[in-house]
Amino acid sequence: MSEELVSGNHAAALAATLAARANRGGRGFGSGVYPITPQTECVELLCRLPIEKGHVVRVESEHSAMAVCMGFSFAGARTFTASSSNGLAYMAENVFSAGLYRLPIVMMAVNRTLGPPWNIWAEHGDTLMLRDAGWIQLYCEDNQEVADTILAAYRLAEDRRILLPALVCQDAFFLSHAMARTSLPEQAAVDAFLPPLDLPHRLLPDVPRTIGGLDWPRENEVHRRELHEALARVEEVYGEVQAAFAKSFGRALADPIVPYRLDDAEIVLVSMGTTAATVRAAVDEARSRGIRAGALRVRLFRPFPERRLAAALAGRKIGVLDRDLCPGLGGILWAELRGVPGISPAQGYVAGLGGGDIRPEHVAGILDDLRARSKATEPVFVEVG
Amino acid sequence: MSAEPLLSGLPHSALDRAEPILRAGNTNCGGCGMSVGLQLLRHAIAGRPVQIVIPASCAIVAPGAFPFSAYGAPVIASTFASAAAMATGLAHAARLNGEATRVICWAGDGGTYDIGMATLSAAAERDEDLLYVCYDNEIYGNTGGQRSSATPRFAATTTTPEGKPVDKKDIIAILAAHRVPYAATLSLAHPEDAVRKFAFALAETGFRFLHLLSPCPTGWKSESADSVELVRLAVRSGLFPVLEVFGGRRTVVNVEPDFSAEALERYLALQGRFRKAPPDTGVLRAAVLARWEELRRKARDPA
Ligand SMILES: Cc1ncc(C[n+]2csc(CCOP(=O)(O)OP(=O)(O)O)c2C)c(N)n1
Ligand code: SF4
Repeated sequence: MSEELVSGNHAAALAATLAARANRGGRGFGSGVYPITPQTECVELLCRLPIEKGHVVRVESEHSAMAVCMGFSFAGARTFTASSSNGLAYMAENVFSAGLYRLPIVMMAVNRTLGPPWNIWAEHGDTLMLRDAGWIQLYCEDNQEVADTILAAYRLAEDRRILLPALVCQDAFFLSHAMARTSLPEQAAVDAFLPPLDLPHRLLPDVPRTIGGLDWPRENEVHRRELHEALARVEEVYGEVQAAFAKSFGRALADPIVPYRLDDAEIVLVSMGTTAATVRAAVDEARSRGIRAGALRVRLFRPFPERRLAAALAGRKIGVLDRDLCPGLGGILWAELRGVPGISPAQGYVAGLGGGDIRPEHVAGILDDLRARSKATEPVFVEVG
Repeated sequence: MSAEPLLSGLPHSALDRAEPILRAGNTNCGGCGMSVGLQLLRHAIAGRPVQIVIPASCAIVAPGAFPFSAYGAPVIASTFASAAAMATGLAHAARLNGEATRVICWAGDGGTYDIGMATLSAAAERDEDLLYVCYDNEIYGNTGGQRSSATPRFAATTTTPEGKPVDKKDIIAILAAHRVPYAATLSLAHPEDAVRKFAFALAETGFRFLHLLSPCPTGWKSESADSVELVRLAVRSGLFPVLEVFGGRRTVVNVEPDFSAEALERYLALQGRFRKAPPDTGVLRAAVLARWEELRRKARDPA
């Protein structure tokens, strides 16, 4: 175990490289990479780090980056790529393909506002746009979580019961460019945690199968249902991955949802990513004023951990703080949470669009608004500038 | 060794791949040039292990619906623009694992000249170890016959009902400009030359590009039985030069056209797609001759 002062981008590249090397006894590692602010430092580092039995292909677009990963993956290699914002939008067609093909590709996404107009700061709309792509989606709160979640994502994605790609998300600049002390495991520990990938549907030279040709409705509805069921198994396998993670690395892997001061909380503010740290500070401050506030961070967005959310939120007044917007509807996390059975209607708050700095006083205002409300109305836009 | 009937007059040899690449049960139209191309490719593959990547096109519909496959080799469908990139991953993985697998892209003109151009250009620039074959039916066949940038001037398509007003791209010149190790055109009417090129390209390393004119009776409004004859006429008239370019510099012409007006006129007359806006054959012949002068200059004097 080594402690290093690294950015979120470098934490991702270092973790991916550990996973890459761990497959040297298997069919190796491959990646297609294309730069975009604020992800560039991740792929630049990936291009510099030595990986025995690995190739990083410098392609001409994100669309091709994912296609190269799919080629590697179909050949049984472990794969990684990273992107952000418009890069993810450009890649989208192949993001869906990777999900439909059940390929355990791990991608790191730096959450950034979609443009034009150009804005390179944090927003979650870019990865949330891909929520229906059949990928596992995990959102991180700090650099340690980025490194840990990438390692765990391989174990989850490559599990025979799952075999799905995984997206590990971190907030632009707040994490991607912020240096923080991060523990990185030794290679031997990663080797033990991530045994060589054995992809059951890899292309074999003597098996003349056509993968991805025509699929009539009768077969297609089964393929889609299987994809759904595989994604639904993630939560159960996640528990096993947490146990294996703790055993291999002597550290806990964060839960799918992370509650804060929830026990006696009357009002709860739900959020994702780095916003959650600010929300915790605001909850502490509200509690010092005698308000029974709590917070909940959603780490696992796909599959959406409905049962856990229902158990944590039932009987409380709920607000959802989204750093994203589905125009015409409202915050995306809020929209998803509304469907969780057994919880009271949640009030949506949209803040921090375009990377605006959500400060504790903004969250304090939101908590006050939530407390004063007798019913949920249309989403409230909180301008934080 | 195979007991199948002779194809395009091509005798079977001890090198033939036992398994056809395109098997019975495929959904291609009768007289589809791409079917003939795949059979010629099979002769060249012989016993080599191959993996084939096919973007959205008639060729990815050809094997029939899941779980059946009329392809006699492992095939993956890529998205329309991704063939060369997906194949790049496969080729690198083969190299990492010391495998002799030859990775082939089999793409239509839409997946090559149009939506796949950036991906193709990038793979060529990186000199990936791929054989990229474009079967050029000069149309988007799978979606019902719209124009592509490989559609020739004057041809009517569903999106150029009055005839296409501009020339097709010169794809071999584009690939030659990438200085790829090998770029060649091949004629379905000249099977020995075609199989030789397939075999050479399969054995070479680095980026190799093959372009074949692929008659499409459905889109060209021609008779199925005329497909090979149409290619022969395109070659004879000089419309479709049969050549090889080595390293982007040395050009070799493999089949000499006779440049006859008769061949050109018959080529046009056998197809319904030139009926809406019949080209002035005098003007067309002059354009063909001018293009050949340029080709001869390149063949004499490598850039
Ligand atoms: C991104 C995307 N856009 C459009 C299509 C629809 N589409 C499928 S095949 C095709 C045309 C293929 O033409 P070509 O490459 O010439 O091959 P052909 O069908 O003629 O064999 C189109 C437009 C698609 N599959 N994907
Ligand atoms: S539409 Fe044309 S290219 Fe497609 S299968 Fe039929 S003949 Fe072949």
